[in-house]
Amino acid sequence: MSLRIPSHILSALIATGFVLSMSSTAAWSADIDLAKMKVEDGLPKSLTGKPGDAKKGRSAAINRKKGNCLACHAMPVPEQADHGDIGPDLDGVASRLTAAEIRLRIVDPKAVNEDTIMPSFYRTARFHRVQKKWQGKTIISAQEVEDITAYLLTLKDKN
Amino acid sequence: MKYRTLYICTALLGFGLVVSCTPIVEEMTEVEKRAADPRNKTHMVGDKASGYVYMTSQTRDMQDDDIANPAFTWIDLAEEKWSKVEGKAGKSCASCHQDVNKAMKGVANKYPQYDPESKKLIALQVKINRERTKRMGAKPWKWESDQMLGMAALVKLQSRGMPVNVKIDGPAKPFFEKGKEFYNQRRGLLDMACANCHVDNAGNMARSNVLSQGMINGFPVYRLKWQKPGSVHRRFIGCNKQVRATPYKRGSEEYTNLELFLMWRASGLNWETPAVRN
Repeated sequence: MSLRIPSHILSALIATGFVLSMSSTAAWSADIDLAKMKVEDGLPKSLTGKPGDAKKGRSAAINRKKGNCLACHAMPVPEQADHGDIGPDLDGVASRLTAAEIRLRIVDPKAVNEDTIMPSFYRTARFHRVQKKWQGKTIISAQEVEDITAYLLTLKDKN
Repeated sequence: MKYRTLYICTALLGFGLVVSCTPIVEEMTEVEKRAADPRNKTHMVGDKASGYVYMTSQTRDMQDDDIANPAFTWIDLAEEKWSKVEGKAGKSCASCHQDVNKAMKGVANKYPQYDPESKKLIALQVKINRERTKRMGAKPWKWESDQMLGMAALVKLQSRGMPVNVKIDGPAKPFFEKGKEFYNQRRGLLDMACANCHVDNAGNMARSNVLSQGMINGFPVYRLKWQKPGSVHRRFIGCNKQVRATPYKRGSEEYTNLELFLMWRASGLNWETPAVRN
């Protein structure tokens, strides 16, 4: 998975991804104005202007109707059984990625890897046949993006 | 003494084998473990694996025993229907086709197929209803009714053990291409294509579920979650809703095209109707 490759290569890839996506009009047109956010290799600024709450982020990450991260990722959440193995283990993710990189991967991971199965958790455009009850909605709220980012930033390598 | 030496040698050799084999067993992936299970042999061909391979041994036991397989409740009723006269023409299925075991052998593993009469791709259910209305003068059955599920399962049962062999060339080609396009199209708020799970991540775990290759060679399947048999189009609706996409209708062109593409994906796998799935 892309998250496992060394950070300098990753940064280069992300940068390339952005050059490509910025040059083609349809590739990246989320609700967030990326130009204003000065995106380089991630989304450096809080989407809400407020800091995230790691404790709330942990429960939003576990919640099957919100982040549902355990569907695909192993996490240091021992009280929950059967963590998925579709994506990389998130334990230690804070030692591999910056806050800006983590935020971008939650908002729209396809900006980093267009073939990823991972949903874009904070995007409303460029979808096909979204069910009526979900139209115009994002999977999680902007504050939940911040909360989950704050939680993931606590997952540092122990060694 | 000789025997004792032999015994020690054998023991040592055995120990060596255990030591050398153990790490290999531990390193086997979930997919390799399943491939090595002798029960799964007739349910795999090349790198294709039927949904059977992903089931627990209890679920497989249920499928392997026609008495334990609950789908046979519906099939038994369909067998009675087969020779029951219905409609204005005063005919039953048996009036024209006689013995279902002989007449329907190797029919279902070739559907959906191009139908020259309507110039459309049709699923078996469409064919069954056409026979009922045109030849018998009887009322058509609803797609997901107990009667249709039972009759489709009875007909498809007659292809059990035969490899999937659908035509995708000639007039079927444009329908196949549309089905393929559907399969690879991301959809819904979760923005996932069928291929994201069933090609890219088959064998991986989504919580406690192993993602299968999404092979459809056992439909209608008795699904434990449904507590009854269901059509493959019902399964498509479930998948589409799971990714928060607007589903199509059962029997729609879109799902029939997708069914043809999936039948082609399952080419070579043995037909299993009525399969039992979680």
